[in-house]
Amino acid sequence: MSTGTNAPQVPRYTKKDFESDQDVRWCPGCGDYAILSTVQKMMPDLGVPREDIVFISGIGCSSRFPYYMNTYGFHTIHGRAPAIATGLRLARPDLKVFVVTGDGDGLSIGGNHMLHVLRRNVNVTILLFNNRIYGLTKGQYSPTSELGKVTKSTPMGSTDRPVNPCAFALGVGATFVARTVDRNIAHMEETLKRAAAHRGAAFVEILQNCNIYNDMAWGILYDRESKIEHELRVEHGKPLLFGPADARKGLVLDGVKARVVLASEVPAERFWVHDQSDIASALVLASLASPQFPTPVGVLAQVEAPIYEDLIADQEKRAVSERGPGDIARLLTSGDTWTIR
Amino acid sequence: MSQTTATAPAPAKPRRILDRAVVRFAGDSGDGMQLTGEQFTTEAAWAGNDIATLPNFPAEIRAPAGTLFGVSSFQLQFGSRRVYTPGDRLDCLVAMNPAALKVHLGDLKEGGLLILNTSAFEKKNLDRAGYATNPLEDAALEERYRTHKIDITRLTVDGLAGLPLNAKEKDRCKNFFALGLVSWIYTRPIEPTLDWIKKRFTKNADVAEANTRALKAGYHFGETAEIFAECYGVEPAEMAPGTYRSMTGNRALAWGILAAAQRTGLPVVYGAYPITPASDILHELSMHKRFHVRTFQAEDEIAAVGAIIGAAFGGGIGLCATSGPGLALKSEGIALAVMAELPIVVFDIQRGGPSTGLPTKTEQADLMQALYGRNSECPVVVIAPATPGDCFFVAYEAIRIAVKYMVPVIVLSDGYLANGAEPWLIPDPKSLPDIDVRFRTEPEGFHPYAREEATLARPWVRPGTPGLEHRIGGLEKQDVTGNVSYDPDNHDLMVRLRAEKVRRVAQEIPPTTINGPAGGDLLVVGWGGTYGTITAAVEEAQMAGKSVASIHLRHLNPLPPDLGQILRQYRRVLVPEINSGQLVRVLRAEYLVDAVGFNRVRGVPLATQDIVDAINQLVEGNR
Repeated sequence: MSTGTNAPQVPRYTKKDFESDQDVRWCPGCGDYAILSTVQKMMPDLGVPREDIVFISGIGCSSRFPYYMNTYGFHTIHGRAPAIATGLRLARPDLKVFVVTGDGDGLSIGGNHMLHVLRRNVNVTILLFNNRIYGLTKGQYSPTSELGKVTKSTPMGSTDRPVNPCAFALGVGATFVARTVDRNIAHMEETLKRAAAHRGAAFVEILQNCNIYNDMAWGILYDRESKIEHELRVEHGKPLLFGPADARKGLVLDGVKARVVLASEVPAERFWVHDQSDIASALVLASLASPQFPTPVGVLAQVEAPIYEDLIADQEKRAVSERGPGDIARLLTSGDTWTIR
Repeated sequence: MSQTTATAPAPAKPRRILDRAVVRFAGDSGDGMQLTGEQFTTEAAWAGNDIATLPNFPAEIRAPAGTLFGVSSFQLQFGSRRVYTPGDRLDCLVAMNPAALKVHLGDLKEGGLLILNTSAFEKKNLDRAGYATNPLEDAALEERYRTHKIDITRLTVDGLAGLPLNAKEKDRCKNFFALGLVSWIYTRPIEPTLDWIKKRFTKNADVAEANTRALKAGYHFGETAEIFAECYGVEPAEMAPGTYRSMTGNRALAWGILAAAQRTGLPVVYGAYPITPASDILHELSMHKRFHVRTFQAEDEIAAVGAIIGAAFGGGIGLCATSGPGLALKSEGIALAVMAELPIVVFDIQRGGPSTGLPTKTEQADLMQALYGRNSECPVVVIAPATPGDCFFVAYEAIRIAVKYMVPVIVLSDGYLANGAEPWLIPDPKSLPDIDVRFRTEPEGFHPYAREEATLARPWVRPGTPGLEHRIGGLEKQDVTGNVSYDPDNHDLMVRLRAEKVRRVAQEIPPTTINGPAGGDLLVVGWGGTYGTITAAVEEAQMAGKSVASIHLRHLNPLPPDLGQILRQYRRVLVPEINSGQLVRVLRAEYLVDAVGFNRVRGVPLATQDIVDAINQLVEGNR
């Protein structure tokens, strides 16, 4: 990407430069406000000219996001944002592209595209707002809603087993997978910055509150007390520890099985030390969930892999260097021809 | 390979001159009939004939040998006069096995040449083809046709004695024997095929030698065997001077895209999900990366159209090709491009339907889907090529219109055009019209949905342009500003504007060419791949003294501005289509004209004779 490296030419932006003139129309109290504000705030730190930034979204509450960003933006159709972003990157590999989606948009109707944008490793930053509910259609269960969830479309409880977004992303070959929480602004900002700096497809699950249809879905991570018990901050190279200072707990890994132990009861070297380059252990980590386990937040995995558009560009360059630029007049008369006088 | 004059070899036997001939090679999927037909086409092209071809193959990749559904065939008509179609009835049928005979014999003219490979007529193949008795022993075959029972397999294998190839490899050369024989019968030059063999098998000298020998053996067999009393000549056709090549519709379409890519200098993103009969366009384009065409084999049809919308938003040219089922899946994406007013082109290579239908057969039944197959009021430009070579110009034209008017364009090709070939006068790319690409860069007074007066196009802005940051999407837009708007009057206005924008494309349409008198008893109106058949039928009726003319519509939405006026100059209007009557409905609705349809939906091109009959019926019923 050519942008981002020309730091001296990039104007000194403030958060305000990224606020559009549109009235924000989310419900008061929606978790999306905090995400919008955090994204606007981190934009100046990208070092990318504002005109080179594009936000692409699908359909759903989260997908209104581009209207509120003073960048280029495209609010598209349900589930297809990853495909549209892929095409944009193919035509314009010089642009910095974000995809904003939700649990329904990105994992239900758009699950297939999510799979493929991640496995191809297209250079886009994907923000998936997970509120475990369909908000815009007024309260049906989503693919991340828990089994037994009572919603408008499941009065007797959902019979669908939910998908774990981060485990899904890791399973399909994502090269950057992280999770953060809408109410933890500092952590969200840090996580989003790292995602935006990643070369390749970066997937960030943002646990987000829908105060109208699924209030406190992530309450366990909001409440001051329970948060201490349940939030596991993961950091590369550091042991996986959580819980209150006076009763610190940790994770140990037996084979591929995680176990919670009291920190005081095992020697320090027994703790599972997070290695973000190890996809297999990240998959185990991503699968852990409250209440049996703590909920891991932070960068679960980051690995390097070839970027799809780079490979395409390489082939194009090679084709030109080996055989010269395309020439339609020559092509038309190539091969078998005959002349009538 | 290039030559200026084609010379036919001097035959030892009497040579009868024909105006034209229709030949069909038929055999098992594994018998190489497509290749045989293509090579014979090249030979006839070399000899200066006009040509039309009809490949016909099963959807199954390796259908069980000897079965009726595993039969593959290639038909061509070549002539010294203008050839519009691959022909209705066969002058010559080559049947490499009993199944091929059973499937195709009905199309052979009485007294036509029938060449049978006798060694394939053994019990297993006869059983598979459902013959209770061996047709080789059927006296009626000899009475009705000029039947030649030749052991092609044995003659081929015998001719390859001494070559280090196994029996199976030798057997595989038998199609070249058949080609050699037919080349002799019609005195078409085998040089281009010899040349092709040399190039194709550079890395395998033995196979090259085997095929060469088989080809020559077949040729000499015709010359020396006592069974053929005469051979035939077809003089070069009077064709416009210039350099020609044989061109199929799908290749022409791909090359039209390359021409537009070079002319505009813009990156082209071609999204595709493999689907018959459109996949060859993807294959062709993926070989031409040096034209900055980025082929994207998407995860599905929806992603393919999504990606090209993304590319168009980025200021690139977004294109995709599909067939009917894929067009259905792309509907929502196309509607987004209508709403966002972004230029994309979707090529629909129509095939038999509905559902999976007849994947390798042709049909024209997606017209209504192209015109109306989206939610709400969602007009797009629809155009259709008339011949294989025309696909080149139509692809280019579709791109030109899309970027000039900021509209999606659907191009309706079909399986017949896609795989069919014709001798194509190579155009000078400089003669192609300009493609008017203008990116807005001026921030002063910028509004995403402000419009240009003549075209109603909104400005195309490349992301990366400072000061023009803006947001678009699928929600209804406020006129001019492009902001989200739910205002009732604004919505009504925008519905009208989107329609008017498409209507204004009519200013791009040249006056309609009328083939025949400017008024009279009957006007035949066609569109798409039926051009050849309709033209041939109308010319035949005209020669018989009928007051008949024809027009062929390239532009299906908007329709040509002069169409209503032309329709009123004839007492009757006939609309032949390979569907249940789609254009005819449009014409009736649009112009209140009592047009009648001629409709056959058989997966194959219409028969010229059927249209001649329909013309006669209407003209005579008139009196």
